[in-house]
Amino acid sequence: MVTYLIRRLIGAVVMLAVVSMVTFSIFFVVPRWAGATPVDMATRYVGRTASAEMAQVAAQRLGFLDPVIVQYGRWVKAIFVGADYDYGAGVEHCSAPCFGYSFLSRLPVWPDMLDRLPVTASLAIGAAVIWLIAGVATGVLSALKRGSFFDRAAMSVALAGVSLPIFFTGLVSLVVFSYGNPFRVTAPGSTYTPFEQNPATWAYNLLLPWITLAFLYAAGYARLTRAGMLETMGEDYIRTARAKGLPERSVVVRHGLRAALTPIITIFGLDFGLLLGGAVLTESTFSLPGIGKYAIDAIIANDLPKVMGVTMLAAFFVVFASLIVDLLYAVVDPRVRLS
Amino acid sequence: MSFLELKDLRIHFPTDDGLVKSVDGLSFSLERGKTLGIVGESGSGKSVTSLGILGLHKGGRARISGEIWLDGEELVSASAEHVRTLRGKKMAMIFQDPLSSMHPFYTVGQQIVEAYRIHNDVSKKVARKHAIDLLGRVGIPQPDRRVDSYPHEFSGGMRQRAMIAMALSCDPELLIADEPTTALDVTVQAQILDLMRDLQRDFNAALIIITHDLGVVAELSDDILVMYGGKCIEYGTTEDIFERPEHPYTWGLLGSMPRLDREPTERLLPIKGSPPSLINVPSGCAFHPRCAFEDRTEGRAKTEVPELLETEGGHLVRCHMPRDLRRAIWENEIKPNLEAAS
Repeated sequence: MVTYLIRRLIGAVVMLAVVSMVTFSIFFVVPRWAGATPVDMATRYVGRTASAEMAQVAAQRLGFLDPVIVQYGRWVKAIFVGADYDYGAGVEHCSAPCFGYSFLSRLPVWPDMLDRLPVTASLAIGAAVIWLIAGVATGVLSALKRGSFFDRAAMSVALAGVSLPIFFTGLVSLVVFSYGNPFRVTAPGSTYTPFEQNPATWAYNLLLPWITLAFLYAAGYARLTRAGMLETMGEDYIRTARAKGLPERSVVVRHGLRAALTPIITIFGLDFGLLLGGAVLTESTFSLPGIGKYAIDAIIANDLPKVMGVTMLAAFFVVFASLIVDLLYAVVDPRVRLS
Repeated sequence: MSFLELKDLRIHFPTDDGLVKSVDGLSFSLERGKTLGIVGESGSGKSVTSLGILGLHKGGRARISGEIWLDGEELVSASAEHVRTLRGKKMAMIFQDPLSSMHPFYTVGQQIVEAYRIHNDVSKKVARKHAIDLLGRVGIPQPDRRVDSYPHEFSGGMRQRAMIAMALSCDPELLIADEPTTALDVTVQAQILDLMRDLQRDFNAALIIITHDLGVVAELSDDILVMYGGKCIEYGTTEDIFERPEHPYTWGLLGSMPRLDREPTERLLPIKGSPPSLINVPSGCAFHPRCAFEDRTEGRAKTEVPELLETEGGHLVRCHMPRDLRRAIWENEIKPNLEAAS
């Protein structure tokens, strides 16, 4: 088990290194393939009216003239030991872990992301709880009452859930439950309140985003759970459980659902990890100042360091989540337990 | 009344293609301490019968009629919940494939403990001790360690032993074994059969063994019931079935049974054709399309369903041929062939 853990950890680190190379290449190597010179790339940092000489100086100062490998090394080094950025009028220190420095906001990216992480985490955790409970419960009931009115209705709603984009369901829910009457749940324009400030307001203001986001995922999980339950409930060991005289509820939960949940755990881990890297659509729709909103704002503003920072953060969460999932899998399914 | 008595049991399944008459008017009785072998091809209704006795078709789509009397209680009309409380305690079942029949995520011990604690209000510790005792009793070495193993960590034979231990956990009075040795190696088969014989003696349970293998029932059974197309076509003591079988289908089963004392060059005598559809059961005698003696019934086999009639001392046969003709065919045509083969 320990060797397995170490092997998986090494794998995760390698994965992150690869992601960092790909991310770096997208922003610093690919433009060159497309014909951009280092000076062209530096132009972005000196303002629209700058002269060619000024761009040349900026390119020099920002290190764009160095070989790509040196630039990559510098970028990675900053993550571990920090870096100093000379933006022309002075030198800004970006302390480790330095995931880049935004020349637009004149702030390092990492503290910005840390500020926004609680918003995204609040959104993701709340939504995850709702969609897991709603999705799995719906799926189990649908499977047990296969072909019934409930099953058909639930699966139709689930189909709608997976098909409708957040920016549609989110806006509809805002119109109906926030800006509309008489179903007003949340005041119009209400936004994120930190949990430690007021847990009640925190939950209250997040209710609509939670439900909107959870609807999308619950739909998928309901379909997944239904399929899994239909499969496991036909297994021989379910017949054995019944033959023992177990009450049907235990047969369904302890024997059927237990087996059907295994693949769901895997998908849940990855979905959740992905969400922690920013729920772009939900955060934008509900104006939640989370990682996703941060990313989309940065993309619109062409603020490359921020985009790269968010990319790395999101990659970290996904890699970390898949690591957790792998370990969890060994706990859940004894057949994959490793010697 | 006997300990277990089935009267005209019918289990039909409505499907899109028609009504599947898996079990169609089955009656038999069984006493404690006795063993009944139910023999037949796939789809003859053996397994459906056993699941029906356990009440596992209740609440499903099956249409069940007739009577199942277990120790003076009628089970077909009893509530599903009541039958559930009997299941595992009064009657238990051993399944064919022990790997797929045990839950892969729970240890063997956990599964036995679960079976025991449904019907006995004891602590987990006591139940665990009971599980270890049972595992030892069914011949699993180091039961105190193996109790924490998962099914996939057991060999096939060990798994079937564990399955038997689970079935025996609540001292059932009726034990049904559905093809208990089919999924096992030949060497292990004999061990499991020996084990079941010993355990039955110890527990004094009524045992039903369901199999397509006459060799298995020859070893264990007091009585044998041969099923075909959802009906009993011959019933008698093991001696009746092996020494004086009267139904052409039983003759076919005996002829297609591999025997160690047979010459290796000797071919088996398979029954021609395939098992009947249970939706469009052949008219008259369900076996007539495959029967080599159909022409000796004066055409009745095609039109008339034969009755299950007593031929002698509890030996029942469902065949249109007159008794003397059947006996003559067995003595003169079938038996010499089988013996020549051996």
